[in-house]
Amino acid sequence: MEIFKGDKIFDFMGKSKFFISISIILMLTSYVLLATKGLNYGLDFKGGTLVQVKYEKNAPISKIRDSISKDSEFKNATITKFGSPKEVIIKFATSSSSVKEDTGDKIRTLLKGTGDFKIRRVDIVGPKVGGELREKGLLAMVLSILAILVYVAFRFEWRFAVASVAALVHDVSIALGAVALFHIDVNLDTLAAILTLMGYSLNDTIIVFDRIREGIHETKRYDLFHVINDAVSKTLSRTTLTSLTTFFVVLTLYLFGGEIIVAFSFTLLVGIVVGTYSSIFVASPLLKWFGFNIEDFKRKVVQKDKAKAEKKKMREMYERGMV
Amino acid sequence: MHKSRWNYRVIIFIFTMIVGIVLSIPSFVPSINGPKIKLGLDLQGGLHMLLGVEVKQAVKSKYKSIASSIKYFTDDNDIVIDNLRVDKKDVSFTLLDNSEEKNLDNMLSKIKGLVVNKDKKLNYKITLTKSEIKKTEQYAVNQAVDTIRNRLDQFGLSDPTVAKQGSTDVLVELPGIKTQAQEQRARKLIAKAAHLQLMAVDEKRADQVYNMSNQEAASYGDVILHGAKNSKEEYLVKAVPILDGSMLTDARVGFDNMNQPVINFTLNSEGAKIFGAFTAKSIGKHLAIVLDNKVYSAPVIRERIGGGSGQISGGFSVQEAHDVAIALRSGALLAPVKLLEKRSIGPSLGAESIRQSMIALISGFVLVVLFMISYYGYAGFIADIALVVNLFIIIALMALFGATLTLPGMAGIVLTVGMSVDSNVIINERIRELLREGKSVAVAIEKGYANAMSAILDANITTLIAAVILYAYGTGPIKGFAVTMSIGILASMLTAILGTHGIYQSLMPIIERAKNLKIWFGIKVK
Repeated sequence: MEIFKGDKIFDFMGKSKFFISISIILMLTSYVLLATKGLNYGLDFKGGTLVQVKYEKNAPISKIRDSISKDSEFKNATITKFGSPKEVIIKFATSSSSVKEDTGDKIRTLLKGTGDFKIRRVDIVGPKVGGELREKGLLAMVLSILAILVYVAFRFEWRFAVASVAALVHDVSIALGAVALFHIDVNLDTLAAILTLMGYSLNDTIIVFDRIREGIHETKRYDLFHVINDAVSKTLSRTTLTSLTTFFVVLTLYLFGGEIIVAFSFTLLVGIVVGTYSSIFVASPLLKWFGFNIEDFKRKVVQKDKAKAEKKKMREMYERGMV
Repeated sequence: MHKSRWNYRVIIFIFTMIVGIVLSIPSFVPSINGPKIKLGLDLQGGLHMLLGVEVKQAVKSKYKSIASSIKYFTDDNDIVIDNLRVDKKDVSFTLLDNSEEKNLDNMLSKIKGLVVNKDKKLNYKITLTKSEIKKTEQYAVNQAVDTIRNRLDQFGLSDPTVAKQGSTDVLVELPGIKTQAQEQRARKLIAKAAHLQLMAVDEKRADQVYNMSNQEAASYGDVILHGAKNSKEEYLVKAVPILDGSMLTDARVGFDNMNQPVINFTLNSEGAKIFGAFTAKSIGKHLAIVLDNKVYSAPVIRERIGGGSGQISGGFSVQEAHDVAIALRSGALLAPVKLLEKRSIGPSLGAESIRQSMIALISGFVLVVLFMISYYGYAGFIADIALVVNLFIIIALMALFGATLTLPGMAGIVLTVGMSVDSNVIINERIRELLREGKSVAVAIEKGYANAMSAILDANITTLIAAVILYAYGTGPIKGFAVTMSIGILASMLTAILGTHGIYQSLMPIIERAKNLKIWFGIKVK
């Protein structure tokens, strides 16, 4: 089976303005969404309490609300269905800092008479921990971007690094925009999804860049347009295939993985689509836009090789005892 | 190009496959002994807590114990002092007996880490040095970790984890907790300060206690404490205790003559000496037995009590008495702990998460396997073999290193399934390209691997960088995700790159003889 037959080369660069405009529009939309709707920070980052209750029959949400609000501490609790109609999540912004006293017990007492139920999960995150987790999360994101930047600059050239990081920023922005649009709770697992998507999308981009690097070494012409089109076309079936297999797998996770993992898999699903798009249509044209020049690159490579050869020669001379 | 059927790549691959399968068997079959994969709390249910130690309180009680020492010393040597007072940041008193100044200063200089200030009227003000305060705070955290661990070990739960986190936090993980009642008992046991104090009742003013404010009591150097059984009962006791639980060596549950559970405690020799001296001097007076700032009883001292043993009685249930005894034996918490984070997961929820993620894992796996075979033919099948071995290696390594499998960790494995075939996709595409160019199969395979290598390495290393950073800055379950991702990536280099290459090399004579390469690589070659 083959998706993209043989040696066909597509003209990606010729339409790069069109693709990049789409990206810019999507990014701007995402920023508007993030600015207006904002991210819906969940328990991990905001602190608070979450109680997951499962009923034998369908959960009587209005009854639960009435019973809970008898205690003024829980007046502002939100009660939402979780996965099945039998299961609800009760959330409120306060968190008890006493080790002995338990919110779960209080809720259990309040809920008496609403039916047969089981408390399956109680999460309490204090304000200090929430703040710390948020800081650490942000730090992890910034550090990964920096580390990746350094690695790619070392393996390729700085413009490659900047282009791949620009593609990353593109992917993360749009994925976060989707998270804001669909009111997904942002928790630690969403952060993990974002970091995974960064690694993943970078994977794609690097494989294209690797081809470009190879193309530069092989080409006799100094035509970056041609080299990029050739590289993206040649990696096209690999990019699509891997994206498809990963997409399938994450889709099964999204569909069957249970409510707890929905935020994670949703973010990743969006990320895979956007990441694939950016690797094919965005990252490589950026190279050209950043003023990458084959002649310069080759000259530098030749210089590097020369320096290496010189060193080798020196060493050989040294080893033969001539210096 | 001629290669023998056996080559080092395929031998390494088969070896890791066998090791991977053998080491992962114990994780699948519970009855077989061996390294098993540890399930995280989110998968097996249990209690996770992050506790903050209130280190300022430890400093305060340090001041209190300094005051106790001063009181004992001055009483013992008949030195008259007045206004002995413990504040948050110092201990102060006035020495009335100026002939004893040297004697007292000599004693104070023996206590480490003190700064002694006094004016001409011999008003003393004693503070701790900064380094001593820091030491006290650190000691309080370490002591909290040890104490909580001790208590939980005696409680009889399976593998409790108690570890220091950051500078003032304690991480507690209790996988054995299955019910709400168990959880509550464990939490109470952890939080119990178990601070035993033997205190003198202020006999002069005891009958005015119900009309006294806390400030007024403080002005006499007293505190008002409430009864344990009846919280309306009030006792006026001297704020500086005679001795405290740090001098306790043992505490056991016993029964009194009414067959009510009591706790019998024993003091060490120093404690016994102090207690003996005090009781000898105080015959006819009341002694308050105070646990965690509640008065359990205040009996009259009838005679000097030597031997250093005592009893706490006052309406415990047997279970409570048992837990209090554990707490007393394992020592008091120098500083109270407060809850910073708690996650308690019922076992049924954990089981459900395992089931759901297994469904996702299996269906994702089947999809990928079928897709690879239908797209690449035998080449896809070879990639699938590598994928299966990869999964075994992940499980084996996690079991071997005692890594914990969490729900995000399961997601990491599912993701690895998708990503580890990526290396084979890259390689196969390269091989196809070379075949299209008209290269021979042997050349196409060898060159295909060579050409694909730099891309695969760069791609895997960058993903690994992200995973390592995730591990370093992630917490709890997220760390589990980073672990499975990293192991998955590393294992995939072994299976998907080295392993499949070895398989091709072993099969080379067969592939070269094959007339129809479409079965092998999924494309027609002229």
